[in-house]
Amino acid sequence: MQVTITIEKKPGVLDPEAQAVNQALSSLGFDDLQGVTMGRQITVSIDTDDQERARYRAAKMCESLLANTVIESYTIEINEPS
Amino acid sequence: MRVAIIVFPGSNCDRDMMVAVETLTGRRPALIWHKQTNLDPVDLAIIPGGFSFGDYLRCGALAAHAPIMNALHDHAARGGAILGVCNGFQILSEAGMLPGYLARNKELKFVCKQTTLSVSSDTSCELIKSLDNSEKLHIPVAHNEGNFFADPETLDAIESNGQVVLRYGNEDKQNSGNPNGSLNDIAGICSSNGKILGMMPHPERAMGAGHESADGKKLLQSIFEAIVT
Amino acid sequence: MSVPTKMGFENAASMGLSKEEWERVCTHLGRLPNLCELGIFSAMWSEHCSYKSSKKWLKTLPTQGERVIQGPGENAGVVDIGDGLAVVFKIESHNHPSFIEPYQGAATGVGGILRDVFTMGARPIALLNALRFGEIDHEKTPHLVSGVTAGIGGYGNCIGIPTVGGEVEFDASYNGNILVNAMAVGLAHSDRIFYSAASGAGNPVIYVGAKTGRDGIHGATMASTEFSDETESKRPTVQVGDPFTGKLLMEACLELMAADAVVAIQDMGAAGLTSSSVEMAAKGGLGMEIDLDLVPVRETKMSAYEIMLSESQERMLMVIDPSQAEIARQIFNKWDLDFMPIGQVTETDRLILLKEGEVACDIPLAPLVDDAPEYDRPHSTPEIPEEVPAHTLIQDISISAALKNLIGSEDLCSRRWIYEQYDSHVMADTIIGPGGDCALTRVYGTNKALALTTDCTPRYVEADPYNGGKQAVVEAYRNIIAAGATPLAVTNNLNFGNPEKPEIMAQLVHSVTGMKDACAFLSTPVVSGNVSLYNETDGNAIKPCPVIGMVGLIDDWQNAGTIALPPDAALFIIGQDATTNTGWLSNSIYAKSLAQHVGGAPPPIDLEAELRTGSFILSCYENKLVQAAHDISDGGMLVALAEMMLAGNQGASITLPDTLDTHSWCFAENQSSYIIATNNPDQLIRNAEHAHIPLLHLGKSNSNQELKISNGDLISLEEIRNSYETGLRSRLEK
Repeated sequence: MQVTITIEKKPGVLDPEAQAVNQALSSLGFDDLQGVTMGRQITVSIDTDDQERARYRAAKMCESLLANTVIESYTIEINEPS
Repeated sequence: MRVAIIVFPGSNCDRDMMVAVETLTGRRPALIWHKQTNLDPVDLAIIPGGFSFGDYLRCGALAAHAPIMNALHDHAARGGAILGVCNGFQILSEAGMLPGYLARNKELKFVCKQTTLSVSSDTSCELIKSLDNSEKLHIPVAHNEGNFFADPETLDAIESNGQVVLRYGNEDKQNSGNPNGSLNDIAGICSSNGKILGMMPHPERAMGAGHESADGKKLLQSIFEAIVT
Repeated sequence: MSVPTKMGFENAASMGLSKEEWERVCTHLGRLPNLCELGIFSAMWSEHCSYKSSKKWLKTLPTQGERVIQGPGENAGVVDIGDGLAVVFKIESHNHPSFIEPYQGAATGVGGILRDVFTMGARPIALLNALRFGEIDHEKTPHLVSGVTAGIGGYGNCIGIPTVGGEVEFDASYNGNILVNAMAVGLAHSDRIFYSAASGAGNPVIYVGAKTGRDGIHGATMASTEFSDETESKRPTVQVGDPFTGKLLMEACLELMAADAVVAIQDMGAAGLTSSSVEMAAKGGLGMEIDLDLVPVRETKMSAYEIMLSESQERMLMVIDPSQAEIARQIFNKWDLDFMPIGQVTETDRLILLKEGEVACDIPLAPLVDDAPEYDRPHSTPEIPEEVPAHTLIQDISISAALKNLIGSEDLCSRRWIYEQYDSHVMADTIIGPGGDCALTRVYGTNKALALTTDCTPRYVEADPYNGGKQAVVEAYRNIIAAGATPLAVTNNLNFGNPEKPEIMAQLVHSVTGMKDACAFLSTPVVSGNVSLYNETDGNAIKPCPVIGMVGLIDDWQNAGTIALPPDAALFIIGQDATTNTGWLSNSIYAKSLAQHVGGAPPPIDLEAELRTGSFILSCYENKLVQAAHDISDGGMLVALAEMMLAGNQGASITLPDTLDTHSWCFAENQSSYIIATNNPDQLIRNAEHAHIPLLHLGKSNSNQELKISNGDLISLEEIRNSYETGLRSRLEK
């Protein structure tokens, strides 16, 4: 089962890259821009048909390696088989 | 004096640090490969600079989970001394052995240059006790992620505990020579017990004898003195 | 997509082969080739791999010398530096990929040249580069400069080899075709050099490193064709560098070489598995059989053609001693790298490739290499322009205004914005990093140091290819000498336009001839090099840029020079005196920047004077007469002096004779000259007289923060520094 994990900086945590993108968009005239956050998306395949199990294992992966939970938050989404 | 240098795939200042340690102690330090699970008793463990595991995922993240790290945690729990330089600092922070984290440099560029450092007058760091804090140190940096950040409570705590060890520029003058945008000009911090030091500047590249400065030698020397006494 | 099993001339033409070359392929095979075979021929016979347009002229270069252990023809040149050590070095271009994708193009350029060096058994110790970008105000330039700089740093910093020097220029002719040349320098034991010639039929052929993907297929052919707007959309073929794997591969290979298990080794650079397998087998006079199903791949359903032509990075091909196979496997396991026996050396003199149990390719090796086409392309006679008289160029402005303007121009201002993005002191042996005449890198564990530089002045080469080729060599020579080191040998990177045009071919022929004469005269043989042709965009050629990378040696790094001016030293120009009555402003930076005059004859070069003056400078070092030294080049004497002042943070006061206009004295680009700061002027003067070396007592340095000129001009160091330091940043970070 494929699981998509999205990792983002927690609110208030410094992200110079997002700041630079924010600034660049503003200077291009996007006056309505209210903010930019950047993150990374990781797709993992887990050997199970049980969605809850997949969610649980993905969370384990985030806690132990994929996210630095001091500064990052994560969300987990189960990819529905197409 | 028993010194171990932990080597990860992608470490690239291990040899430089080995030369520096051998120059100062007269004894070649042990190079410990990251796949090792035990660490013989040492007086000082050093995590050198480089790009451990290519800095993939986050700087230091993959190294922080390498097999050797359990042994290093045990060493720290026994009150052992640890020095992390550059990527070593990032690894210690990812491993939760030092507070805060090292974000990308403010200008989003790698920066390699000489920096001027002040030693905090109120530092609680046990490792540099003998270092004269009235003198500025000239030690170069070379990194892409050295922008120290911590949430306000953590920052308050490390400031009031004297855990800030080194700052860029003049201690009383904000932003005087900060190369990366770090909070409060922080260049190096220590653990709450004062035994673990993480710093972005490279002391092993300021050893005199052809280097622009010999102040890194001074700093390392003070660490060895602190450990012996 | 189904491909025809047998190819026709249309297929060959689309891969860049001429009709005549196509016929030669068919003759050698005795039949029509299939796609894979044709791909192999076209890659091996591409300009990039075969040097077919330049070979005739490259052969004329001096390649021998007392210290030369290995000249051109291997992965890199090898030169003895005594005490059982050798320096291994080469320069290589990655121009086209860097224009398409600046970060990855530059990064893989660095990765590729590093592999060339450690393939020879050397640990890389330094990187340099030679970069040419379009006009600084061109819309693409800031993006390209940022990308290339980040890419060079991205690879070099991560793998942990310091980038210690280089050169950067901006010119409209590179607007659509930048030049990214990277040079790597390594150290090896002189009796433990590794070569690419396979030996021992039956020995296993091992694939190591990263897996093979579809990236960069036919890159060697792409590097051999002109650019058009169309090729800019060829993005997917660009290779992606992985410096982390590169680092592991480097450590694993060096460990394996130390274990005595390697018979032959070759990196998979341009034309990937094709050139590595063909060259290893052909150089050993043997054959090779490879089962392509065993090649580690990271994509599915790759064809024989794709596997053979892929330019995926961080891969090597080795022939190993079968009795050492297990040790070899363990070393690669330790570094978590693929280690895969994919075939064996044979006695057949043929390259046989198997895919899914069938023969996918069976071609004779000898013709691929020995009968590669070689052309004597027609070349015209260059028309050398006249000297533009100095008086027509001299501007009615003060010397200080001219200096401030020149030293802040993109031609001469500080490159700090670029080089601070490179780790220039990892390995802890950098004595002089970027910003000096040359870089100085300590030979690990000894007192010796290597002096390293890259140089070329394309505007001189364009005006006068012969003298321009010579000038690239003498300028590099002076940069090495100025640091107190003895020049040893060179590597060259010849960047030109389309050689099928006689006027472009003329640039190549005459500048190589100039290089030949200078290298022979100065005893600096050419031990390695690279040629990059077809650097054109929509028919417009770049300014010719035959880059010289030179390596020098100093026995004790503590005797090395610096450009940093000390206080209270006497200043001299060496190589000119008060009778000098020619100030060569023609084709100078002064003419270009201040008089807006481009072209005209470049300064003449007297090789005898060059050698005499160079030897004299070295003798001054031996006699401890040099406190600081700098060669005079782009921008002339006053720019050189200003750079010395900035580096040492000192002022100076100078007096100029009236034999020449002050502007000529200050900004002329007369060759074969240096500035020296000494604290023993009397001895220096006596020695110069004795050696019949012209010299001019210029003045004195001081701790005042200003430059004072005898005509009354005065400029503060702060003003010079502002101009110098903001020149690049202000234009790149708009």
